[in-house]
Amino acid sequence: MRVMVLVKTTPETEEAAMPSEQALTEMMAFNEELVNAGVMVDGDGLSPSSRGARVRWESGEVKVIDGPFTESKELVAGYWLWEVKSLEEAIEYAKRIPNTDGQDGEVEIRPIIQPEEFGDALTPELQAKSDELRAKEQELHPRG
Amino acid sequence: MSSDIHRTIEAVWRIESTKVIAAISRLVRDVGLAEELAQDSFVAALEQWPQSGIPDRPAAWLMRTAKNKAIDRIRRNVTLENKRAVLARDAELGEIDDPDWDTALDAPVGDDILRLMFIACHPVLSMEARVALTLRLLGGLTTAEIARGFLAPEPTIAQRIVRAKRTLAKKQVPFATPPAEELTERLSSVLEVIYLIFNEGYSASSGESWLRTDLCFEALRLGRILVGVAPNEPEAHGLLALMELQASRFRTRVDAEGNPVRLPDQDRRRWDRLHIKRGLAALDRARSLASEPDFYLLQAEIAACHARARTFEETDWKEIVRLYDELAFRFPSPVVELNRAVAVGMADGPEAGLELVETLAKEPLLRDNHLLISVRADLLEKAGRLEEARAEFARAAELTLNEAERRLLEARAEQPPL
Repeated sequence: MRVMVLVKTTPETEEAAMPSEQALTEMMAFNEELVNAGVMVDGDGLSPSSRGARVRWESGEVKVIDGPFTESKELVAGYWLWEVKSLEEAIEYAKRIPNTDGQDGEVEIRPIIQPEEFGDALTPELQAKSDELRAKEQELHPRG
Repeated sequence: MSSDIHRTIEAVWRIESTKVIAAISRLVRDVGLAEELAQDSFVAALEQWPQSGIPDRPAAWLMRTAKNKAIDRIRRNVTLENKRAVLARDAELGEIDDPDWDTALDAPVGDDILRLMFIACHPVLSMEARVALTLRLLGGLTTAEIARGFLAPEPTIAQRIVRAKRTLAKKQVPFATPPAEELTERLSSVLEVIYLIFNEGYSASSGESWLRTDLCFEALRLGRILVGVAPNEPEAHGLLALMELQASRFRTRVDAEGNPVRLPDQDRRRWDRLHIKRGLAALDRARSLASEPDFYLLQAEIAACHARARTFEETDWKEIVRLYDELAFRFPSPVVELNRAVAVGMADGPEAGLELVETLAKEPLLRDNHLLISVRADLLEKAGRLEEARAEFARAAELTLNEAERRLLEARAEQPPL
């Protein structure tokens, strides 16, 4: 399964000083570890919201709001896409994200929607087939 | 929740097991023993971590526990009356210094992971054994997961792994990088195993089972790991490129009823752009490293031609023909020749393709091959020879063993073409 990992920041911290040399080194090593583990699919940092814009749909109107978004409590500073087996695996990797400069922080992990979750796509025939296969699997490997 | 902690422990195992097994292998110089010690640690983790919590440095915990298990083995052996019962390899355990265990994970483990791959894919093992052992040692999969992937009973897989380890011990396969003169063959075996795992999942993705696409992702992960530990091997990048590009088409290979969708009919808007990007990047690396094109590189180049074409009509068939020419020259096989005929049919017209097919059909082994017959049928249809085409589709339908494919061919035998 693929997950998106959103790195959070706040209006106060997003324009803070550049991370330390050590922080950058440790982050690079972390990314390399993920690449070598075969888990890294994509990832990048976002420039501060002062360089961005929002497009908002409100009461039938489309509005454009320029950054910085000082009113927002949370902003996105970066993202990763990881290919993992389970949410738990993503959480374990996320726990290893280096926090060199010891600041408060948060990442949010969101599994990307799988095709099977698009309800309509699974026709009754296909659902039946899927159920049949799961039944066969149960037969081969009964779980307690 | 107890099931949550269990899943978390499994996730930690999946993350750490290969490194731990590789590090222990370097210490005990025996992959089978290393795997047993690592497994014992895993069992201990399953027993203790629900109470004590996940340790901050799980890999270090697993190594320490493995060391203790090793010491237990030595002690048990020492108390045995019959000294001959002491296994030679266990006797050597006593010679490993304590600090070596503690520092084993500090040293970079990439080379050891590569050695582990070479050993798991050793030619002395059967292909099935190589696959099971690779998924176990390098995929961190449980026996149950491997069994599910290959639709085999769990005890069969368990036995396969036990026998594989026994064979490696009997043949005294060393925990070392293969000597230079064996390197090419040994690397080929690793690539072959990974690609076999991928194909096992890939063919499953065309309608037989959702469950087995996990295998493709295991193979992709193994391919990425291999590239990480053997970055200068062009074939590793070539294989990865091929797998990433093929994986990009997953979502479009099956329709809502579970029937396979052929390449011309796939909705390319739903091809995964990230896989394509990664595949093309791996292809670039392979090209820059390769002194001459290898099997995986050429296949990846062909897959790239498809990936780059926004529509089926925009496909660069001349380039694909050129690539098949090269494949046919370097790695001739009936399958390559047949695919080449298809490409020629697209590039130079169906009659040109049919000429090649007729030449191939002269081979006794291919004459009644359902793939060849369906290719001929397809080309006849494109050439406007509809009566003949329908007859050939009907023939191919009779010969294929795949249910979904039979239905497809029968449909084409009946319908007038679009």
